[in-house]
Amino acid sequence: MRPLDEAETTAVFEKLFKFTGNNLKNIVENPSHEGPDPNPGRYCFRLHKNRVYYVSESLVKRATNIARPKLVSLGTCIGKFTHGGKFHLTIQALSLVAANARHKVWIKPTSEMSFLYGNHVLKGGLGRITDSIAPGDGVVVYSMSDVPLGFGVAAKSMQDCRKLDPNGIVVLHQSDIGEYLRMEDEL
Amino acid sequence: MAPVVLNKKRGKNWQKPPLEKKQRKNDPFVEKRSKTEEISDDSDSDIENEEVKDPQEFEDEGEESGSDTGSELPSDGDDPLADDFLRGSDDEEKGPDSDAGSDSDSDSDSDVSDIEKKSRAIDEERAREKEEALEEMQLNIREESDEFRLPTKEEIEEEKQQPPDLPNLQRRIKEIVRVLSNFKDLSQKGTSRKEYVQQLKLDLGSYYGYNEFLIGALVEMFPPVELMELIESFEKPRPICLRTNTLKTRRRDLADVLINRGVNLDPLSKWSKVGLVVYDSQVPIGATPEYMAGFYMLQSASSFLPVMALAPQEKERVIDMAAAPGGKTTYIAALMKNTGLIYANEMKASRLKSLTANLHRMGVTNTIVCNYDGNELPKVLGLNTVDRVLLDAPCSGTGVISKDESVKTSKSLEDIQKCSYLQKQLILAAIDMVDANSKSGGYIVYSTCSIMVTENEAVIDHALKKRDVKLVPCGLDFGRQGFVRFREHRFHPSLEKTRRFYPHVHNMDGFFVAKLKKMSNSKKTSAGPQPSETVEQQTPESNVSNGDKKTEENSEQVLMKKATTKAKDLKKKTSGLAENGNVESPSNEKRRKKRKFPSREEISKVREEKRKTLREKVSSKKAGSKDIGNEK
Repeated sequence: MRPLDEAETTAVFEKLFKFTGNNLKNIVENPSHEGPDPNPGRYCFRLHKNRVYYVSESLVKRATNIARPKLVSLGTCIGKFTHGGKFHLTIQALSLVAANARHKVWIKPTSEMSFLYGNHVLKGGLGRITDSIAPGDGVVVYSMSDVPLGFGVAAKSMQDCRKLDPNGIVVLHQSDIGEYLRMEDEL
Repeated sequence: MAPVVLNKKRGKNWQKPPLEKKQRKNDPFVEKRSKTEEISDDSDSDIENEEVKDPQEFEDEGEESGSDTGSELPSDGDDPLADDFLRGSDDEEKGPDSDAGSDSDSDSDSDVSDIEKKSRAIDEERAREKEEALEEMQLNIREESDEFRLPTKEEIEEEKQQPPDLPNLQRRIKEIVRVLSNFKDLSQKGTSRKEYVQQLKLDLGSYYGYNEFLIGALVEMFPPVELMELIESFEKPRPICLRTNTLKTRRRDLADVLINRGVNLDPLSKWSKVGLVVYDSQVPIGATPEYMAGFYMLQSASSFLPVMALAPQEKERVIDMAAAPGGKTTYIAALMKNTGLIYANEMKASRLKSLTANLHRMGVTNTIVCNYDGNELPKVLGLNTVDRVLLDAPCSGTGVISKDESVKTSKSLEDIQKCSYLQKQLILAAIDMVDANSKSGGYIVYSTCSIMVTENEAVIDHALKKRDVKLVPCGLDFGRQGFVRFREHRFHPSLEKTRRFYPHVHNMDGFFVAKLKKMSNSKKTSAGPQPSETVEQQTPESNVSNGDKKTEENSEQVLMKKATTKAKDLKKKTSGLAENGNVESPSNEKRRKKRKFPSREEISKVREEKRKTLREKVSSKKAGSKDIGNEK
C-alpha cells in the first residue's frame, strides 16, 4: 500500500472531476469519523495492487502492520488502474460520486432493469435530467425514487437530447449496481 | 318343510363357533349365513320341484346300482345340478335321511336331502373359510397389539436383504418412541431400554439418512419425543430472513418498497428491530434493485444473534475473525454507524471476493480486510489492542442440516474433534487480542452454528480455564441455556449463561452463543502445586508472563525477569509443568482470587534491594577511586 504519485493522482482526479466538477474539494476535505480516534481525521487515497482506495487516515495508520500480500481491502475502493496505465472508476465509488455529483439523470422504472443489465440509457427511458450537460460529462444515473443506480458519460448535450428519437442513446453506460451480482469476481 | 327345518338346525350349529370369538365379527357372518340360508332355501325349493319329477323315473335303477350307475344317468341331459346333488348326498349323508320317513317319502326326502347335503357342504366350507379368516385376523391383531415387540434377529436379517420398507420403519420408530416415553408400562418384559434405543438409532439412521455417529450424538442429547421434533425440523428449510441496512434506510421504508414489488414479508420478531422474514416473493429477493443498492442483506435469523450479543459501540475497535461472506461484519458496521474500526479477517482466499463486495455494496467504509489464519492474527494486530472480538468459529455445521444435507453422512468423531481443537486455539487467540482495560469493551463473543457439546460448551470451558475471562449474560434471553453438565463432562457453573438455539424450538438454525468478558491481561495456568519458591520473586510474574513485549517494561520488571528466570529453571526441573511456556507459582494461585498486581510492599522491598546493590557498587567504586586518589 502506498500513496499515489503525481501521475496517478492526476489521473484519478481527472476522472473524478468529470462527475463532480468543483465539488471535488468536498471529496478531499471531507471530515472522516472513522477510526477510533475521537477527532475526525481526513481522507486520503492509497494504491494497493493496482486498486485505488479512498480511506480515512486513521485506518491507513492501523493497516500498515498488515503484510502486503495479506491486505485485501481498505475503506472504499474507488477504481483501478489497467495494464495500460489508465484509470477506471468502479461501481464501488458510486456512493462517493453520487454524493457530490453535478449532473444527474433519473430514469423511468421500466428502463431500470435494462440499465442494471449493462445497457445504455435511451431517450425513451429518461425521466428527468439536470441542466447544462455537455457531451462527455460524467453523469450519475438515479431511479425515480432517488436511489443511485450507476454512472456513465453523457452522449449528447441537453439540447440535442430533445431532438433525439426515443431509441437514441442519452447516457453511455460505464458502471451500475447490477455488477455486484453479475461481475462480483471482477470488482 | 323338512329340509327347511334341517337347514335351520344346521344354521344354529354354524352360529355357535363365531360367538366364542369376537362378538362384532358375527354380524356380517350371521347376515351372510342367513343370506345363504335364504339362497339355499330358495334353491332347494326350486330344485325340489324339479327333482320330484325326475328321480322317480330313475329310482328303480338308481337305488339298486347306487353311485356306480349313477354316473351314467346324468348323460341323459337332465339337470346336471340335480345329478350332482344326488350323488353327493348318496355318498355322504345317508344316515339321517334314511331314518326319516317311508320309502316313497324317503326317496323324495333323500333326493331333497341330497340337495340339502350339498348345500350344507358348501355352507360348511364357507363357514370354515370364514373361521380361518377370523383366526388369521386374530393373529394379525395380536401381532400389532398393545404389546410392541422388537424385531428379532431373523427379522432384521430379512430386512437387510430387502430394500428398506419406509412405512414399516416409520411405524416402528413411532412405536419405539411411544414405548420409551412410558417405559415402565409399555416395554416388553426382558428387553432393556438400551435395546430399544439401539433399534431406534438404526431405524432413524436408515429412514432419514443419518450416519451412525451423528444419530448417536443426537440421541444422547435429547429425549425421544424432542429428538423426533428436531429431526423432523431438520428436514424442512427455515424461512428466509433479511436484515435492513440501517446505514442506508429504515426497516419501515424498506418494507414498503419491497411490498410494492410484490414481496410478502413481516417483521422478524420482537427481539430484532432490523429483521424481516420473507414468506414468498414474486421477484427474486436476492436481485432487486434495493438489494443491489445495499438496502438489505439476506441473512439467516440466527446470524443476527452473535452481533446483538457483541453490541459494538461507536468509535470502538472490533475484530471479526471469520468474516466471510460479511453478513455479521456489515451488521457490526451498521451498529457502529461507520465510526471506529473493524478488522475483517478471512482465511479462505476464495471467499474474500464476496466479503469485499458485500462490504462495498452495503456502504461500509470503516473496515480493513485481511487474509490471515486466525491463529496468526495476534502476532499481526498485536496483543491487548482491541475492544471487542467476534469469533464465529468454523464448525461441523450440525445445526444447519436443513441447509446442507451432506452433513448427515459426512461428519465423524474425528471431524468434530478436529473442529474442537481448532476452535480452542482460535478462542485463545481471540481472547489475547482483546484489551481487558479498554474503557468500553473487553468482550469476546464466541458463536457456532453447531449443536454439539464438544464444539460449544467444551471450548468455552477450556477458555475459562486457560485465560482470565468470565462469562457474562448475552442479552438473548429467549434461547435455551447451555449445558452445565453433559454425560461425563462437568463444566463451570457459569456456562448456564451461554445460549443454545434449536430449529424445533425457535424456528432458527441450530446455534450457540457465548459472551466472555476479559478480566485482566494475564494468562493463568491450570492448578499445579509447587510450594518451593519464594514469594517476592514470583508475584510480579503475573505482569511479565503474558509474554507481551509491547507492554511497558519497568526496570523492576527487568530485574524480576532476571531473578525469575532462575526460578523458572528450577521450576521446570522440579515439575514438568509448562502450559503456555509461562509458568506461575502456586502462591499466585492463592492470590488469583484477589487478582491483584504485586502489592506495594513487595514493590518497595524490591526497589530497596535494588538501591542497596547500587549503593554498594557505588561505594566500592568510590573506595577504589579514593584509594587511587590517595595513592596519587
